[in-house]
Amino acid sequence: MSLDKVWVFAEAYEGKVKTISLELLAKARDIADTVECFYGGDGDDIAAELGAHGATTVWSTGELGDQLAGVPIAAAVAAKIAEGDGPDLILLGTTYDGRDVAGRLSAKLDVPVLTNVVDVIAEDADDISGVEPVFGGTTDVTTKLTSDGPKIVLVRPKSFAAEAVGSDDAEVEELEVPELGATGAATVVERHVEEATGPKLDDAAIVVSGGRGLGDKDKYAMVEQLAKLLKAAPGASRAIVDAGWVPYSYQVGQTGKVVKPTIYIAVGISGATQHMVGMKGSKYIVAINKDKEAPIFSIADLGIVGDVHKVLPKLIEALQSR
Amino acid sequence: MHVVVCVKQIPDPAEPGQLDPGTKTLKRSGKLILDESDSYGVEMALQLVDAAGGGEVSLVSMAPGSETSGLRTALAMGAAGAILVSDPGLQGTSALGTAKVLAKAIGRKNPDLILTATESSDGYTGTVPVQLAELLGLPSVSFAKSVEITDGVLHINRQTESGFDEVTCPLPAVVSVTAGVVEPRYPSFKGIMAAKAKPVEELTLADLEIDADDVGWAGGGQEITDIVAAEAREAGEIIEDEGEAHLKVVSFLENLKVI
Ligand SMILES: Cc1cc2nc3c(=O)[nH]c(=O)nc-3n(C[C@H](O)[C@H](O)[C@H](O)COP(=O)(O)OP(=O)(O)OC[C@H]3O[C@@H](n4cnc5c(N)ncnc54)[C@H](O)[C@@H]3O)c2cc1C
Ligand SMILES: Nc1ncnc2c1ncn2[C@@H]1O[C@H](COP(=O)(O)O)[C@@H](O)[C@H]1O
Repeated sequence: MSLDKVWVFAEAYEGKVKTISLELLAKARDIADTVECFYGGDGDDIAAELGAHGATTVWSTGELGDQLAGVPIAAAVAAKIAEGDGPDLILLGTTYDGRDVAGRLSAKLDVPVLTNVVDVIAEDADDISGVEPVFGGTTDVTTKLTSDGPKIVLVRPKSFAAEAVGSDDAEVEELEVPELGATGAATVVERHVEEATGPKLDDAAIVVSGGRGLGDKDKYAMVEQLAKLLKAAPGASRAIVDAGWVPYSYQVGQTGKVVKPTIYIAVGISGATQHMVGMKGSKYIVAINKDKEAPIFSIADLGIVGDVHKVLPKLIEALQSR
Repeated sequence: MHVVVCVKQIPDPAEPGQLDPGTKTLKRSGKLILDESDSYGVEMALQLVDAAGGGEVSLVSMAPGSETSGLRTALAMGAAGAILVSDPGLQGTSALGTAKVLAKAIGRKNPDLILTATESSDGYTGTVPVQLAELLGLPSVSFAKSVEITDGVLHINRQTESGFDEVTCPLPAVVSVTAGVVEPRYPSFKGIMAAKAKPVEELTLADLEIDADDVGWAGGGQEITDIVAAEAREAGEIIEDEGEAHLKVVSFLENLKVI
């Protein structure tokens, strides 16, 4: 058994479809006969890539200009659904715009949203469930959506593997944005990019993350140095993002990025549940922490109980001298 | 300037959570406390009212058992009063149901601005703020890392994947703020004493004219069908550094052929 139709929220950056959207397409292909996308932008820009990943149609609003994207996209999708012929299931990634669209859509259609989902089980249109890890990933909770109308599910990044299947370009169809009234009043004045150079957290084979155990903002340089030597992406716990040591884009965890590198090296990080959900899927985990009771050691393949100020400089030196 | 802050009262996160296998909800025991994530919204609201040269910060919370412990913390920080919605019929309420309740309660206040956290520490659906905005027919800006108001217009830096967007939005609006936007003040002794006398209006579903079928288990539109232990990750080798532990890391990396 499978679903008739699934819609995937397509997001793109500088003309390239985001990996999360491609991951959702891979799952959608698995569970539905027809997979379509909706997009807040010009669908022609991404129709080939979406098609290659199995979407037959991309419903697109056209350029949204300086509008904050969530409201117009949700309004357009809700209007389309009201015309009839809506999907059984709508999949969105847990991203900034994904959450905005899902929340707006849920209130408009008066249906719930399943959040933080890492797997979707769909027998038929009336039997759709999502699996959500809780308590730092130690327990999996399966929840079935029982309301009428399309089911809405927000999926965490890295839950599925994106894979091109080499189909034709997706057909571009217009998705009309209705009158928004007061809800559409938020406007983007300027976009700022503060991206790090070097490998990206999302797809680096190795990630080196630092936490409050580094003691001082300047000491984060050691994490960057180690990352550079290993061609790794530097990451961080929320504690040091909140403290302003590094930008938010470095944060790994529940409210940050989900990473699944081959090797994750945690330096001076305690291993709070909210951090662990973002890195537990790493193939190998190395932790350096002076407290041998630190929770991070319970999931580390190699744990070093020691002072980062002693271990890191020696490690860096040893790698440099190779 | 009247700002309403939605604050959630939650079980102490320091105590490990457990699911009740019977009701399939989080086991609750003891007092609830102010979700730390919401203390940023409270602080932000107090600062905005200050900057506006006057006004009021009030709180809205939905919690079981007439719980006010967390509200008192926020009142001690400086909020003027609170609405608490508490009703046995709210047990099992979903994020959308919560938003419906908060929307009705906020509707009584007619504020210029509504602040929430981006996500609660215990539920972390992150959808309540936007659902709330839609139900109130208001614009919203989520993931605000700085908020200023000039001439009745919000100027917000909104977190994005690659940096941040400068966003403007007219009032009234719903804004969700990230942790770390401001440094929440510690309640002073005077504040704590004053908080005891501040008004907390307790309302039920009937008071808010909310249909019981819209909230609680019945209104959730979802049902937990399975709870299982996730595949556990085994701890590996743990060694104490006596000056040479870095060599262990080097050989670990060598074995994986990454160096
Ligand atoms: C709703 C919510 C969402 C959250 N989302 C995230 C998230 O996305 N990502 C995230 O990371 N956190 C998140 N958190 C925060 C999380 O709960 C922790 O507070 C945070 O991860 C702690 O960061 P830390 O490990 O760097 O700091 P700490 O917990 O303070 O740990 C520091 C560690 O360093 C060790 N240490 C100290 N000195 C040394 C030394 N000289 N040498 C070696 N080790 C040393 C200590 O033993 C300790 O274990 C969230 C929290 C909430 C409530
Ligand atoms: N029961 C509640 N009472 C008051 N505010 C809430 C409640 N639930 C959620 N909120 C607000 O909505 C934010 C996001 O919550 P959530 O969608 O559960 O992650 C919280 O941080 C609060 O600001």
